[in-house]
Amino acid sequence: MTATQRMDRVPSPSPSPSSSPTPSRRRRHRERAGSRLAAVLIVAIIVLPLVPLVINSFARGYVFPQLVPAEWSTRAWSIVLATDGGTWRALGWSMVVATTVTALALLVALPAGRVLGLRSFRGKRVLEFLVLTPLLVPAVAVAIGLDITFIRLGLSGTFWGVVLVHLIPAAPYAVLILAGAFANYDADFEAQARTLGASPLSVFRHVTLPAIMPGLIVAGFIAFIVSWSQYVLTLQIGGGKVLTLPVLLVSTASGGDMAITGALTIVYALPVVVLLVVASRHVARAGWGMTGT
Amino acid sequence: MSSSGNPRMLAEPRRSAPWRISDRSGRIRDSAWLKLLPALVVIVPLFAAALMLAVIQSLGYFPLIGLRSFNVDAYRSLFGNDEFWQSLLLSIRIAFMASLLSTVLGIAMALGIRGIWRRSRRSAFLFQLSLPIPHVIGALAIVHLLGQSGLIARLGHSVRLIDTPSEFPALVFDPYALGIVAEFVWKDAPFIAIVVLGVLGTVAENYENVAASLGASWWQRLRHVTLPLLLPAVAPISVIVFAFAFGSFEVPLLLGESFPSALPVLAYRLHTSVDLGLRPEAMALAVVMSLVVMASALLYLVLVRRVRRGEQT
Repeated sequence: MTATQRMDRVPSPSPSPSSSPTPSRRRRHRERAGSRLAAVLIVAIIVLPLVPLVINSFARGYVFPQLVPAEWSTRAWSIVLATDGGTWRALGWSMVVATTVTALALLVALPAGRVLGLRSFRGKRVLEFLVLTPLLVPAVAVAIGLDITFIRLGLSGTFWGVVLVHLIPAAPYAVLILAGAFANYDADFEAQARTLGASPLSVFRHVTLPAIMPGLIVAGFIAFIVSWSQYVLTLQIGGGKVLTLPVLLVSTASGGDMAITGALTIVYALPVVVLLVVASRHVARAGWGMTGT
Repeated sequence: MSSSGNPRMLAEPRRSAPWRISDRSGRIRDSAWLKLLPALVVIVPLFAAALMLAVIQSLGYFPLIGLRSFNVDAYRSLFGNDEFWQSLLLSIRIAFMASLLSTVLGIAMALGIRGIWRRSRRSAFLFQLSLPIPHVIGALAIVHLLGQSGLIARLGHSVRLIDTPSEFPALVFDPYALGIVAEFVWKDAPFIAIVVLGVLGTVAENYENVAASLGASWWQRLRHVTLPLLLPAVAPISVIVFAFAFGSFEVPLLLGESFPSALPVLAYRLHTSVDLGLRPEAMALAVVMSLVVMASALLYLVLVRRVRRGEQT
């Protein structure tokens, strides 16, 4: 680490106003200009697919080959946001489920992430595999595997049933991200605080928590998104009773009203986009873990 | 140096504190197992139950519909079914294409914006925009973008390339699953790019500067310095992208042809069929999918290990 750090001082020359720009500085200049162009292009590609959905939600009779809608309308929005419509209930379900999943995932992941991050021990590989696999196994496989058992246990079609199955992919994410946070954490500060007479609780509050806060924010953010994005688990285990936004959205989309689908899409996307605004800085730094959600 | 953008989420403990060697003696303390317990209790039984139940039911034990014997009939009829092989092939092709294209584009994107990545917060936000957006939305967005009456087709019409929607090539609900792959690339290329940016920022820059000062050209630096540094970090993430694309349900559901359908869609269809006799086959399919994904997980861990070992020497 130190070797590579020292190395980067070698090529950068001492700044003197009279000398012409060095090759490395000229290179960096060119790179930055190219970067700006590339950034505009990339952002356009990322944002472009979302544009038709937004246009659709404000359009009436937006058919081929109109590029700009012939007629603008807020009809879809007034239907989607109607107080007696299903949107608000679905939004409520999604919020409550995702919040509960996030809280539970963080709760169980905190101690596990600490052990995985700070220690190495025999059996750690097996443990890593046990944490990684639930996160990768197709949701369909889990959903149909648990189907009959959840019906028999009376968990099918209930809030807690859906929360439990969402935890299968969400909790491993939280564990892995917190393990990453703890890997850069020095537990010796806790020993120092203890020597100074701090109770276990105040050690956690004043030493551990502030140190791993960024990791905790990212872990919570990702756990929330994982739960927020689940479709087939909710569809199968929720059995049409726990009607979250994605379930409502897919059934609306199959109904074929583009404008209403567009508006509902925005309602579904907005909360996570707002969360991204809040967490963007932390997430960019900590990496996205293995988010493919 | 912080582990910014560290792709290795299964982090190794720090090596710089010799006084904590006792913790790494190779034996885990009892209290440590206790700490692992809550997470394991939540994750393992649920997940293990799901898989065990799938295995048991795939072997024909299905009291609900009067099946109580163990046999491999479901597997035999699944493997004898042409649709299964077509679906398997399709799913593997989707996952492979998604993983390959996301990796190549992700690296290209990262190299493109590395110069301003740490400076512009706004572009950092926009750049990550597709990551938290659910696949259901991504899939619907692709329909409205690449469909035959989608935005691109309309743009084609406005420049007189096509007259009717049917003249636009079928990019969604198509036999090549292009729309499905496009959705995964849209979501996963930026994800890979962020991993790459982490490596570029911490390690690669120094070596690139050395190479540049020794007179290496842009291409030489990319070929002999940057890519060899990136690939070990990116390879495991590509495996993860493969596994996600392979197991995804909603994307092929919303963007795929009905025949052949991707494996997860086929499994769901068999499971929800009115013919309850098809359920063991659905379970067998769930088991097959899980095995493919577990193999990916193992490959991921092996690749990560190799990177770590490489760093230690």
